[in-house]
Amino acid sequence: MNEATTTASRSTSVGGAGFAPAIRPAAETAGVNPAPPTTPPPAIAAPWLLYSALAAAIVGSVAISLRYGAHPLSWSDLGQLWFDVTGATVPRATVSSLVYDIRLPRILAALAIGAGLSVAGASYQGLFRNSLVSPDILGASSGAAFGAALGIMLAWSVLGIQGLAFGSGLGAVALTYGLSRGVGGGTFTLKLVLTGMVVGSLGMAGVAVIKTLADPYSKLPLITYWLLGSLSSVTALDVKLLLPPLVVGVVVLLALRWPLNVMALGEDEARALGVPTGTVRLLTLLSATLVTAVAVAVAGVIGWVGLMVPHLVRFMIGPNHRDLLPAALLLGAIFLLWADNLARWIFVVELPLGVVTCACGIPIFLVLLRRAARSWND
Amino acid sequence: MSLVLENVSCGYTRRRVLTGVSLTVEEGEFVCLLGPNGSGKTALLKTLAGILPPLGGSIQIDGREWSTLPVRERAARLAYVPQAHAPLFAFRVLDVVAMGRTARWPLWSGPTAADWRAAETALAAVQMEAFAERRYTELSGGERQMVLVARALAQEARFLVLDEPASSLDFGNQVRVLQMLRQLVREGFGVLMATHHPEHALRCATRVAVVREGRLSPAGAPGETLTAVRLEVIYRVPFVVANLTDHAGRLFPLCAPHID
Repeated sequence: MNEATTTASRSTSVGGAGFAPAIRPAAETAGVNPAPPTTPPPAIAAPWLLYSALAAAIVGSVAISLRYGAHPLSWSDLGQLWFDVTGATVPRATVSSLVYDIRLPRILAALAIGAGLSVAGASYQGLFRNSLVSPDILGASSGAAFGAALGIMLAWSVLGIQGLAFGSGLGAVALTYGLSRGVGGGTFTLKLVLTGMVVGSLGMAGVAVIKTLADPYSKLPLITYWLLGSLSSVTALDVKLLLPPLVVGVVVLLALRWPLNVMALGEDEARALGVPTGTVRLLTLLSATLVTAVAVAVAGVIGWVGLMVPHLVRFMIGPNHRDLLPAALLLGAIFLLWADNLARWIFVVELPLGVVTCACGIPIFLVLLRRAARSWND
Repeated sequence: MSLVLENVSCGYTRRRVLTGVSLTVEEGEFVCLLGPNGSGKTALLKTLAGILPPLGGSIQIDGREWSTLPVRERAARLAYVPQAHAPLFAFRVLDVVAMGRTARWPLWSGPTAADWRAAETALAAVQMEAFAERRYTELSGGERQMVLVARALAQEARFLVLDEPASSLDFGNQVRVLQMLRQLVREGFGVLMATHHPEHALRCATRVAVVREGRLSPAGAPGETLTAVRLEVIYRVPFVVANLTDHAGRLFPLCAPHID
């Protein structure tokens, strides 16, 4: 009905000039997409430079942390443990006990927990495609807090309290996972985050019940102090118990950092690109939960590290998890070590670690919000 | 190698969109899917990409049953180009392209030097090499679409499935993408492309299939399938289909709706 065929003579003039250039081979049109204006490169272009700088900073920080404390040592006092130095004024046995029994376990715990929470936070932010997610999003922290509060109320041993906190942290995430499978509608990650909020609230409600029931003179202060996070009572045994699950979790997360990049584009796309999304998601959840639960069990609830450090690193070297995760590991270790040092040094009485990480984390986060917002919003 | 769909049903868990879809795409073929909005083109393509589970029938690629192939092996055979989108994180463009090669390594590994070179080559194939170091989130919709095409090229699968790749491109980039796809088809790739532009199908496709009212019509030659009458049935507006001849005497089919 509406079909028409133009004549050859007419169409030549119609087609002619306008049409021919469009069917040139692609090679001839090279340069049609003009060179873009140069964008500012990330603040630090070579990740290896950043890695080396951070590693050096860790060594220096550890030395300073070993030296200063309630009983400040001179470099000679400290050095006599490993080197043949003169001028030490404190007996070797005293220094040895101070370093190996008190300061070193605490320093190692701070490094490990800071590193673990930062890597877990960075992985979760990629997995959930949400940069406001922290490693306790699925209820690990509040579950562990409930377990610890229960253990304290029942007057369990320190190891018992830590074990119960670890177990209930894992249990809370398992509950979140199980509940999210039963909920209909939405993507799986969205359901996880929502049920995680529910389980987290449930855990905190349980903590509130225990605080109401606990003896207000002996147990309640302990619970309150534990909830604010502290490394003041960390022993060498704690470090030995903390490290294996934490190292396993962190190694798995580091191994998955390229598939995590792809998952950050969206799970649908990751599947189409050949990523077994279910496996990656489950391994990430398991590992991050392991890290978070064991960290909370040893040190109590320490906020902001897992949220703020990944942001800071993303601002420095960009969002590629290949570089982001190792850098977050190193920077998180430094951040928590210094937060713990401040907690030790500022006042005669120790500050709760969670308060220090919050006080340090918030200003940094606000600066990042101002300067880096464009790198993660649409 | 060929991609064979037999009596396939697809759609979402609660809503079956298409039933009885039978279609074969051979290597060196350019098959276009046309159909009105919401007809199920995207659902069909997402089923092929492994994003939606097939609700019935059989899909075979290379003689192998699709549903039993691991995602990794699917990605080695078929690349999916979604519509351009804005991810949360500001990945480097070259990183996004290199993600196309993910299926080649074990899960715990990452791109090698050879993979970065392949990503650069793919980016150069869509003339976007100048954008390699840019942040993906800062690109325009058209530029992102070109990057996604490059990612599919980096995947080096024999079949490309594209969901309206031209929808966010300006006129020049539309033509460039189509030229590139034509070139790939000449090199032996099989292409299945959903499009809202019947003239693209007329110009590029070796065969055209129409999705309408839950069914896929048997694929036919574009000139026979896309008559004015058929187009009017698909889009419910009157159409003109015409042939232009250029200065070299080559025929170019064109179609356009009547707008009163």
